[in-house]
Amino acid sequence: MAALINVPAKAKRGDIIEIRTLTSHIMETGFRRTMDGALVPRDIITSFTCRYNGTEIFRADLFPAIAANPYLSFFTVAKESGKLEFEWIGDNGYSSTASASITVE
Amino acid sequence: MPTTRRQFLSFAGGVTVAGTIPIVTLRPVEATPAMLTTAIRNVVGEGPIRTGKVKLNIPPLVENGNTVPMTVSVASPMTADDYVKSIHVFNEKNPQPNIGNFYLNPSSGRAQISTRIRLADTQKVVAIARLSDDSFWQVTADIVVTLAACTEEVN
Repeated sequence: MAALINVPAKAKRGDIIEIRTLTSHIMETGFRRTMDGALVPRDIITSFTCRYNGTEIFRADLFPAIAANPYLSFFTVAKESGKLEFEWIGDNGYSSTASASITVE
Repeated sequence: MPTTRRQFLSFAGGVTVAGTIPIVTLRPVEATPAMLTTAIRNVVGEGPIRTGKVKLNIPPLVENGNTVPMTVSVASPMTADDYVKSIHVFNEKNPQPNIGNFYLNPSSGRAQISTRIRLADTQKVVAIARLSDDSFWQVTADIVVTLAACTEEVN
């Protein structure tokens, strides 16, 4: 699925960098009804994980109160060049990944 | 005042629903302050929650509860001995009291997270931080919502 990842391409060792992620997902709450009264089943992303060269640096549990197309921003210390991997897991077996690379000088 | 399409649809939808099922099931149950307390105790346990350290940046008045920008930051040096383990955000009146749990570690560098949330009503939002010494700190914000999220009908 489409995801937008914003990670600085270059950073100095020890810098605190901001990572911003946005992924497309309906985040259906499970509390809405159609016009004929039927409950629309819940379909949300329940978990987000970010790994930096294999080490988990940020994790989040999401609930229906997170807006559609979940946006998350967080920080990390730039330690070494490498890869940031992002994973979203949700209802009905939903799973999506993305990655970004960073050069640390 | 002219009726907009949105108003007409929500009115027409309401009539259909009321005609087919009992009125008690019309709206999902709202989380009550008691549910909020239970949800918080599930995370915190029985320990004390102190006020301070946590900053919740959220607009005091929102027009559309479907997407409300929110930033939580915690005053912490984020060193190996003194850092923020997790941030938990709760609401008072959505159908469910949880908003999100966010797990940090010393290599986060800065204890700050942002996301966008849904608010079903004018209500209170509570952010709680768990520090590395397992103490809990909280902050509360009141938000006025003019258009509710979560429970509107699907058109």
